[in-house]
Amino acid sequence: MKIYKYGDNVDTDVIIPARYLNSFDAQELATHAMVDIDPDFAKTVEKGDIIVAGKNFGCGSSREHAPLCLKTAGVKCVIAENFARIFYRNSINIGFPIMECKEAAQKIEAGDEVTVDFTTGVITNKTKNETYQSQPFPEFLQKMIEVEGLVNYVNSKKTGVE
Amino acid sequence: MSMTMTQKILAKHAGLDHVEAGQLIEAKLDVVMANDITGPMALPIFDKMADHVFDKDKVVLVPDHFTPNKDIKSAENSKAILDFTNKQCLTHRMEQGKCGVEHAILPEKGIVVAGECIIGADSHTCTYGALGAFSTGVGTTDIATGMATGELWFKVPSAIQFVLTGKPQKYVSGKDIILHIIDKIGVDGALYKSMEFVGEGIQYLTMDGRFTICNMAIEAGAKNGIFPVDEQTKAYIEKHSTKPYEVFEADEDAQYEEVVEIDLSQVRPTVAFPHLPGNGHTIDEIEAMDKIYIDQVVIGSCTNGRLSDLEKAAAILKGKKVADNVRVMVVPATQKIFLQCIQKGLAEIFVEAGCAFNTPSCGPCMGGHMGVMAKGEKCVSTTNRNFVGRMGDTEALIYLASPEVAAASAIAGYIANPEKVGEM
Repeated sequence: MKIYKYGDNVDTDVIIPARYLNSFDAQELATHAMVDIDPDFAKTVEKGDIIVAGKNFGCGSSREHAPLCLKTAGVKCVIAENFARIFYRNSINIGFPIMECKEAAQKIEAGDEVTVDFTTGVITNKTKNETYQSQPFPEFLQKMIEVEGLVNYVNSKKTGVE
Repeated sequence: MSMTMTQKILAKHAGLDHVEAGQLIEAKLDVVMANDITGPMALPIFDKMADHVFDKDKVVLVPDHFTPNKDIKSAENSKAILDFTNKQCLTHRMEQGKCGVEHAILPEKGIVVAGECIIGADSHTCTYGALGAFSTGVGTTDIATGMATGELWFKVPSAIQFVLTGKPQKYVSGKDIILHIIDKIGVDGALYKSMEFVGEGIQYLTMDGRFTICNMAIEAGAKNGIFPVDEQTKAYIEKHSTKPYEVFEADEDAQYEEVVEIDLSQVRPTVAFPHLPGNGHTIDEIEAMDKIYIDQVVIGSCTNGRLSDLEKAAAILKGKKVADNVRVMVVPATQKIFLQCIQKGLAEIFVEAGCAFNTPSCGPCMGGHMGVMAKGEKCVSTTNRNFVGRMGDTEALIYLASPEVAAASAIAGYIANPEKVGEM
């Protein structure tokens, strides 16, 4: 796994520029992921890689194409100090893991080997021999993540199966 | 227990007497809106949940981003939402040439009114807070769920109260005020929160000015922006809509995370430099710098494409010429505004000055079409975002400003003070 490290306010226009939004094909979108901030990203990203960034990750547009292209590109999760609210909702709704953790966002560097435990919210930095505790999700959202997104959650409510 | 204005609207729509910040609720929706980028993507997700929309009066699909269709894929997307509108017999039919930019057309057609709970699959859906509604941007899965069920989950936000006092100066309008505020609190200054605007200064803000301010609440990270309902709001709603509306007021002892006072009389024309809407500089600071020569000006968008915005720009451009090496795109936000520009003589002023006068579209704002920028070019734009690559090449530079500053800059050829147009 690799770490991709970025700064504050990584916006949805650099995650997936609007010029590609005439398509919502996830595979096609993934080939343009992060192109305006890191043109090499889509060429080098591999399944299981992690993005670490600063404050307000995913600010800007409501385009769900943004978390979708990262998820499809193979990104395991995004760890940031905090997230813009629509990106946060969209990620949960499509079952793409995100973790809010200031300490991890600040201390993890490119090249570090990092593992994450979504159940406990613990992020382990094997290179630096450190662990960081991320903000746990409220129970309601944990339930939604467990069923892998909002569509399944709504359908399970409709049929009375939870 | 006291509540903010936003919390009261959310409580009502969740069927609760009281809600508090941080609480997760499921609220009933009055309007669910998507566009030609987010709508088509929502349709296959909608199909997994329902056959019919929850209410054909309350779902609106607006083709505005890549319209007039810029290529085959865009045409397919516009067709998908029109086909869905027809198949579901949606009451509000939005067709190219008959509508406009979503956040201008919904208030204009009276589809959104005070007291409602509104979601849109577009981040600038927060615009309708100007009408005293709770209105927020969401993603595609959220909007599909809203279309299917008429309900959505929300985390009740806390709020920052902005107390507006004083009367703005002649060339200062909603855009300068919101750019000033975002400069002050930062692009994450209101993250997850409501921005609630109050104070005697509100009386000096037109409805168009309030739309501009609420439109850019998202640029401070806010969940929503909201104004109290006053006589101006009521007059606007009653002129445009026959829907019943409900007026909510914050409790006098409502809790705010922060109270920020803004003396409107001290706000100067403000420009946000690349690459963040929070990177504000006053026109006085800019005049003290080396001239910033520009290649393009855009006057329009869901932020500043309303009639009064275009009237302000036209007042400055009247009898003047756009500078050499500068191209200007004037984009009225709706067909009605487009027609009013013709009837009131604004279209003639723009064209005589050397501006392109374009059909309503979001096009140039997000680098879609109708005003895409080349490497190294600089643009003064009345739109809402100046992120890297937003309007074209990643090395193009975007300066966000009011219609007044944009028009003055078009004449000067560099970022210019509208107060000094007489000297140009």
